[in-house]
Amino acid sequence: MKGAPRLLEQAAEPILRPVDTFRTVLGRELTLAYRRPADFLNPLFFFLVVTSLFPVAISPLKETLMLIGPGVLWIAVLLSALLPLSTHYGQDFDDGTLEQYLLSGQSLVAICIAKTVALWLVAGLPLVLASLVVASSYGLGPTVFGTLSITLAAGSYALCALGAVAAALTVGMQRASALIALLVLPLMVPVLIFGTQAVSLEATNMVSKGPMYLALAVTVLAATLCPFATAAALRISME
Amino acid sequence: MTRFSFEVRDVSVQRGGRTLLTDFQLMVNPGEVVHLVGPNGCGKTSLMRVMAGLVAPSAGTILWCDEPLPLASTVFHQNMAWLGHHAGLKADLTLRENIEFDNALRRSHPKARLDEVLNGLGVSHRADVPARGLSAGQRRRLALARVLLSDARLWLLDEPFTNLDSDGQAYVRDLIAQHAMAGGSCVFAAHQDIAIDDVELRRLEWAA
Repeated sequence: MKGAPRLLEQAAEPILRPVDTFRTVLGRELTLAYRRPADFLNPLFFFLVVTSLFPVAISPLKETLMLIGPGVLWIAVLLSALLPLSTHYGQDFDDGTLEQYLLSGQSLVAICIAKTVALWLVAGLPLVLASLVVASSYGLGPTVFGTLSITLAAGSYALCALGAVAAALTVGMQRASALIALLVLPLMVPVLIFGTQAVSLEATNMVSKGPMYLALAVTVLAATLCPFATAAALRISME
Repeated sequence: MTRFSFEVRDVSVQRGGRTLLTDFQLMVNPGEVVHLVGPNGCGKTSLMRVMAGLVAPSAGTILWCDEPLPLASTVFHQNMAWLGHHAGLKADLTLRENIEFDNALRRSHPKARLDEVLNGLGVSHRADVPARGLSAGQRRRLALARVLLSDARLWLLDEPFTNLDSDGQAYVRDLIAQHAMAGGSCVFAAHQDIAIDDVELRRLEWAA
């Protein structure tokens, strides 16, 4: 740190605290989503369409639906939440915002966390709420709502965090969506196993805490480590 | 303005695995304006991106106040304003929102100056419409407004005259001159010959 005080005196502007950077970027991302409602309506409608196709294709019998319900909801949430990933950093790259982020002198990790949280609020949270509505039509009663919403909220956040890394790695590539799915979905397997297990156990009135805690633990791991990987990937992608 | 120095030492630049430039040297002191001239594809933009700290040089160092820079240097980036090929504007936000976001992120410039700068750039009447309705020239002007509002000592401008009409170009030349006279410095890349009143321009030309 030798020589740092002298250089800091020369800074034109005081340096923003990471939490202020987070708030600023989150605010802008949410404003943008509000101006472009398609960003969160597309995944939502995709989710509703996919989940309504399963009873048509497999069987509308209540027993069957209850059996496949947790898995169908989980997979539908994961696939729907993949949709906005290709534009997550792609748009910022195309319009030059990413350069400005990298050169802003602010914490890139804070910027990445803010973008991930915004992505989840816009594309993940609505799916969690919609899944409760769909769950009742699959014959899953209100007793599973707690476990279902907690595990899905965690799972969709893990997907956003992991997806952000993949989106950052593929920034600037043409047609990156398929590649993002290939990178992210295998990594989602642990959360998927624990999440569906927790919901299935709860639906059959068994203790679901164990798998639920494991799903949450994996999410915490992804949520804390992924922003650093995302920031590093963004720097590499500028080359 | 406080004293500063910006130095490019023995820098090599690659793009797509091809070496475009080796052992490039440049020293910029306060008040100096440097004009990089060269044909398309000679590596002006790649060099500018290396100087801005967006991309690491394949060899050599960039120094700010005699200290070598890592890729992410808060102190350097707070003192440097960058104008790239893309304006960095969000099409769904208004001009004002775009600029205010930059202000918040860079923690700079009182709001009063915003209107003054937008006026000077001739875009004040569009300040509250979404940026998607802007022409390429207007976007360029807005990207310049960001540089102006940044209070940065060093301006790195990649093709600042592109898409601008003659009034706009004259305005940019005035801005660079004012910036240099106030003790700031500027490195810009441009194909065309540029003369700026009252400023001694250092021309660095690529051998064809």
